[in-house]
Amino acid sequence: MNLRTSLVVLGVAALLGFLTWGLVTSGDSNLAQGEPLPSATLPTLPPGGEASIEDFRGEWVLVNVWASWCVPCRDESPALERFEKANRDSISVLGVDTRDLSGDAMDFLDEYDINYAQIRDASGDYADDLKTTGVPESFLVDPEGNLVAHYSGPFETEEQIEEFAAPALRAGAAKDPAG
Amino acid sequence: MRRLVALALVLTLAFGGMASAAEPQASLPQLEDEVMCPICGTLLGLSRAPAAERERVFIRQQIKAGKTEDEIKDALVAEYGPQVLALPDDEGINFFAYLVPVLVFIIAALAILYSVIRWRRNKEGEPTTGTPPSAPNGAEDRLDKDMAKYDL
Repeated sequence: MNLRTSLVVLGVAALLGFLTWGLVTSGDSNLAQGEPLPSATLPTLPPGGEASIEDFRGEWVLVNVWASWCVPCRDESPALERFEKANRDSISVLGVDTRDLSGDAMDFLDEYDINYAQIRDASGDYADDLKTTGVPESFLVDPEGNLVAHYSGPFETEEQIEEFAAPALRAGAAKDPAG
Repeated sequence: MRRLVALALVLTLAFGGMASAAEPQASLPQLEDEVMCPICGTLLGLSRAPAAERERVFIRQQIKAGKTEDEIKDALVAEYGPQVLALPDDEGINFFAYLVPVLVFIIAALAILYSVIRWRRNKEGEPTTGTPPSAPNGAEDRLDKDMAKYDL
């Protein structure tokens, strides 16, 4: 085998090696349950502060990734608002507004009277960290910050949200049997 | 005096023209080719996604407000982050996005130049006369014998 042939073979082998490495390291398409939810400190909505999932350590949290241009979010967010009001002793809701215009997001919150905590993921990097494939998507996070459940797509009813958040509601009921 | 007025007029027009050339009027079709859709991973001009339509509305509002192209891009970066620009800025590691193609071009040009010089040198080294190559040892004798044998 002459030098030129050796170089071609070496080049092809290197290319195949890179492709294999890319496939092997691409990882799972979803976050693993029981693992800590990725965290990022992001601006709040309305603007003026910063927050992250770490600020909710010690509480159950339902993280909801949404955007004002997302049509199903227009039904889901008011349902989440009602759910949060009814169950705020057991669980917090954190909205993550992603790849959205800040003005549009504020108009959305005003129009649908959404009052639970919000952070703004302008670039979509945090949504990528959460391995979302679209909006809306929701994550149930335990008081230790670990992922308990993941839901892709919109919740159609409050009952669906309650079913998704059942571990948090059960824990809340066990802590306060009278409530 | 008349000459001074004419000179002032010419200078005003010239500098006015330069100023307008430095800050061209922003247009949606131009910006659609220079910024990305926030969710599609394509140029804004190629997308009809709802998020892309909202981005277009935002750009139209900025144009209507008299913003220049650079000001609109800055506003888009403030809204969506630097990924919204189709071309990365030339600072930090992003500088390599501009440096690497230039280096590849220079290396390729040098490789072609080297190959051409080598090819021309080889060509110059070749014999230029039309002298036929000499036959191997004994071949001429064998040919003479064969010709005599067959009386050619």
